Amino acid sequence: MTAPPSPDEGLTAAQLAAKYGLAVSGARPALREYVRQLWGRRHFIMAFSRAKLASQYSQAKLGQLWQVATPLLNAAVYFMIFGLLLNAGRGMSKEVYIPFLVTGVFVFTFTQSSVMTGVRAISGNLGLVRALHFPRASLPISFALQQLQQLLYSMLVLFLVVIGFGSYPDASWTLIVPVLALQFCFNSGLALIFARAGAKTPDLAQLMPFVMRTWMYASGVMFSIPVFLADKPQWVANILQWNPAAIYMDLMRFALIEEYGAENLPAHVWAVAGGWAVLVAVGGFVYFWQAEERYGRG
Amino acid sequence: MVEPLAGQRIPTVIADEVHIVYRVNGAKSGKGSATAALSRIVKRGRREGEERGVRKVHAVRGVSFVAHRGEAVGLIGSNGSGKSTLLRAIAGLLPPESGKVYTDGQPSLLGVNAALMNDLTGERNVTLGGLAMGMSREQIKERYQEIVDFSGINEKGDFITLPMRTYSSGMQARLRFSIAAAKDHDVLMIDEALATGDAKFRGRSEERIRELREHAGTVFLVSHSNKSIRDTCDRVLWLERGELRLDGPTEEVMREYEKFSGK
Repeated sequence: MTAPPSPDEGLTAAQLAAKYGLAVSGARPALREYVRQLWGRRHFIMAFSRAKLASQYSQAKLGQLWQVATPLLNAAVYFMIFGLLLNAGRGMSKEVYIPFLVTGVFVFTFTQSSVMTGVRAISGNLGLVRALHFPRASLPISFALQQLQQLLYSMLVLFLVVIGFGSYPDASWTLIVPVLALQFCFNSGLALIFARAGAKTPDLAQLMPFVMRTWMYASGVMFSIPVFLADKPQWVANILQWNPAAIYMDLMRFALIEEYGAENLPAHVWAVAGGWAVLVAVGGFVYFWQAEERYGRG
Repeated sequence: MVEPLAGQRIPTVIADEVHIVYRVNGAKSGKGSATAALSRIVKRGRREGEERGVRKVHAVRGVSFVAHRGEAVGLIGSNGSGKSTLLRAIAGLLPPESGKVYTDGQPSLLGVNAALMNDLTGERNVTLGGLAMGMSREQIKERYQEIVDFSGINEKGDFITLPMRTYSSGMQARLRFSIAAAKDHDVLMIDEALATGDAKFRGRSEERIRELREHAGTVFLVSHSNKSIRDTCDRVLWLERGELRLDGPTEEVMREYEKFSGK
């Protein structure tokens, strides 16, 4: 090319870029700037999660009714197997056990599906990542938000079940809000962590269902940890009860079920719930941000 | 040809020895069976430097160029020569394996296909696509009617409130283009977006691309249509097998390219 001689002749690419104030394309912004960008995209995050939720059942004849019907059927299956066949509700009356079980299933499903959608948040949306600019953390957070909205539909079913078994709305029901807020923070953090891991190793999507199922059985979704581990040392039960999934389930049960009193909760329950939420949310966010410029590499 | 302002050429995009490598999982040997995958993992232990079961595709090999403000740069080359990949790298969407891309502001790719969802109504897709491109809710509200009118979706009835999967492929393409073209960009990249829809819509979209060009500092256009390259660009980069084969004024490069491709 016959370019006219210019004062820029002989400069290296980096010097030329510096001279005209060009920045490296696709470089990772500083953490504070990243948070600001993410906040700027909050409407996209909301719209994306709602759109995903709405498109889920859009081909079904019953349409959005499935949002409520799916958790209802889930609860029925668990009740048949664990309530009627296995009689896992040792140490609890039917009035407590059924709401106990259904609450556990729904609350755990929230965490479980946040992790599962988180694993595929980047690796399953490479088209989007390679076509448009936005802070990549939008995707896992958006998926966690979608699961939260899904849980809110499930809560309608849950309220019916709980009321049907004799626990009526009272002041303790207001605790639902902080419990959900803390669990959402925790789940978003997990989704961020697994989004980064899943972007590097897509095989996690195959592995995670087994990990999540193990976690579910260890967290006392369908049985009471203190009752089942009564003959084991206290610290075993403590560790199981302090795991985040068990904590959020227990707090939700405490909020909803009249006869599920504070004696079922481990010590320092709110501090542990808050600690997990902050630790995982902040840690997950920083961990995800550190690989920001690498998402989308083939 | 566009003359640079005041004789001074201001660089807006600098590519410095850019290499891009795709990694494809599970494509090492032709066989996709479980035993083949296992033997890949076992064998791999002995070979140094190669990741297990991963095949590398070197899509762009050491491309360097400087683009200036006011330039419209065309990218040509046969299928699979790395044109679209290079565009993504300039936009910062595909991190280079080595080398660097420097840009002035945020280059954007013209396209929102990936953000749209076929199960949602056209209406919601306009909002979703706009938000995905970084427009604010107010901007979208302001431009909504313009986008719908431009796409011509509602010319034959109230189709914008139907799910996108019910549209014909031509209508889908029109809506996608209309959403993507609703935003102004500093450095604009167009990947063969020109040839969509019927003749009437094509005329409209070419008009819109000209408008976008006037607002944008620098334009990159990937196209297989020699005519649209000649109409739009004043400089052409010719890529072949990931390497920059020729870089120069449109006519010069196009003559060589046509000789090469035997037209």
